[in-house]
Amino acid sequence: MEQIQLTGPHGPKPKKTTVSRLGVYAFLFSAAVFFCIPLYVMLITSLKGMPEIRLGELFSLPGDPSFAAWVKAWGEACSGVECNGIQTGFWNSVKITIPSVAISIILGSINGYALSFWRFKGSNLLFGLLLFGAFVPFQVVIFPLIIFLREVGLYGSLTGIILIHTIFGMPIMTLLFRNYFSSLPDELFKAARVDGANFWQIFFQIMMPLSIPVTVVAVILQTTGIWNDYLLGLIFAGRENLPMTVQLNNIVATTFGVREYNVNMAATILTALVPLAIYLLSGKYFVRGIAAGAVKG
Amino acid sequence: MNSISIKELDLKYQDAHVLKQLNLDIKKGEFLVLLGSSGCGKSTLLNCIAGLLDISAGQIWINDRNVTWEEPKDRGIGMVFQSYALYPQMTVEKNLSFGLKVKGMAKDEIRERVDRAAKILQIEPLLDRKPSELSGGQRQRVAIGRALVRDVDVFLFDEPLSNLDAKLRADLRVEIKRLHQQLKNTMVYVTHDQVEALTLADRIAIMKDGEIQQLSSPADIYHKPCNLFVAQFIGSPSMNLLEGRIVGENFVYHDYRVNLMGYEFINQGDHDTSAYLGIRPEHLAIEARDGYVKLASVSIDIIEPMGDETIVWFDFMNRKWSVKVHGDHQLKWDEEVDIYLDPKKAHLFSKQSEVRL
Repeated sequence: MEQIQLTGPHGPKPKKTTVSRLGVYAFLFSAAVFFCIPLYVMLITSLKGMPEIRLGELFSLPGDPSFAAWVKAWGEACSGVECNGIQTGFWNSVKITIPSVAISIILGSINGYALSFWRFKGSNLLFGLLLFGAFVPFQVVIFPLIIFLREVGLYGSLTGIILIHTIFGMPIMTLLFRNYFSSLPDELFKAARVDGANFWQIFFQIMMPLSIPVTVVAVILQTTGIWNDYLLGLIFAGRENLPMTVQLNNIVATTFGVREYNVNMAATILTALVPLAIYLLSGKYFVRGIAAGAVKG
Repeated sequence: MNSISIKELDLKYQDAHVLKQLNLDIKKGEFLVLLGSSGCGKSTLLNCIAGLLDISAGQIWINDRNVTWEEPKDRGIGMVFQSYALYPQMTVEKNLSFGLKVKGMAKDEIRERVDRAAKILQIEPLLDRKPSELSGGQRQRVAIGRALVRDVDVFLFDEPLSNLDAKLRADLRVEIKRLHQQLKNTMVYVTHDQVEALTLADRIAIMKDGEIQQLSSPADIYHKPCNLFVAQFIGSPSMNLLEGRIVGENFVYHDYRVNLMGYEFINQGDHDTSAYLGIRPEHLAIEARDGYVKLASVSIDIIEPMGDETIVWFDFMNRKWSVKVHGDHQLKWDEEVDIYLDPKKAHLFSKQSEVRL
């Protein structure tokens, strides 16, 4: 076959590197560096010994890296009079986070499902109230809540703090699931009704299996939110159940004796490890979670 | 015996009156098509029959049972949706059996019914697939199967073919007709496609603004539209219209007159009245024929060859008119042609009330 010679532009358009593109990359790179510096300083400081830290060379790599500070932070660091490290707080946070996340997601998804498919009388009003709840600054309701929990005998208990996290998670979880279910075709729900499935059958057998992506988003949002919580844990959890964040503060803010920067850094990184792991592992779902949570402010 | 009986049905939302005192009787084994443009209330009516919408007033009877307050599952209906509405996470087999399982039916019986439906619809090889692995036509077949396994007397179709491409739509249309002839159950079919309506229906109900305009056989709807809306809605291209007056035996416009010999008036009475004359494009001709009268000489505006026939457009009395001619005609743009009209096939509508005269 004869080859036809084409003149003028043909084939794929050649890629060009323009000045503006370079500028964008330069900006993104410097922004990334800027945000990484604190993490870098924390990491290397936690690996240094105290004499090395006293030299004040903030950015230099540790001469003799050691995990001694991490071990101390985990098991021996003192907060107040107790010196059991941050591990108590870690397990407390686990005990608070897992049930709170599970319960708030289950309730939120049922709410969202009911609000988007079963349009009962007043459902819009209810949804409006829930949405309003998402915007109420929680400082406003803390005092009434303390009284309420004290009256029902849950103040300062694990159940109490789980209840509080569930309540505060409800608006955003409901909103998240309602919006997701609203995006599913209405006819799916109608078909299930003609098939004779009831409220729970439609929820468990049809809607739940379809809501896996949004559930992942919900898990990310709630886990990071509850793990990072300080104020609610401090107020409602009681002395026995103080979450990791509160304990971290107690360790770092101790004014007694020498300030062990390496131990403080290690304890902080340990505390941040769970949300950090979730950020890194969840990838695209996390971005969706941020988009969905944008209304939370 | 009536399979479905709708009595004085009313549906109102806050400010919209969607269905207005609607009465409709559908005979057992009848194929009834609800036809109308979007927003006319046809899908709403179907949803009311299915029990998926709460009505504001009136009654719905299915198989001589008042089902007005009953749940969809208790009404003895099966429904097929436009978007297929298959459960995405379930295989075809699970999709078909879901309703029966929910009902608590014995496994053997479920197996039997699913197999039978799959055989009728020729989807046996697809039973283990997920909906996402099926083509549009196959999905719609599964959706029909889901209604089929319920073993009910009444099938409701909500624009089932609208999401398919033209070729598949024509194929599946024939299959639905065959299915109806085979099963002989009552079918109510909502569509905005007049070809589907005319080809499938025993009777068509043409709806507009929540009211049934005409309920008749396809032939009646086509040849004897009861008012101007129906006349304009059915037929492609639309019926040509002319404004004028009826004077005795003649339709008069400007200085011209068309003799109406052979037109069957259904409303005798005041014959000296303002009216529209309607004529379908296929009842016009560009050559003299027996019984035709000459209307005018016009110049061709647009020619649309469709193979077997050609649609010729021209301007007449400030309106766009069209005439269907045989595909063999060699015509040119701007050519002068004479237009002839068959007065027996004409339609006359009162200008005031727009009803057929």
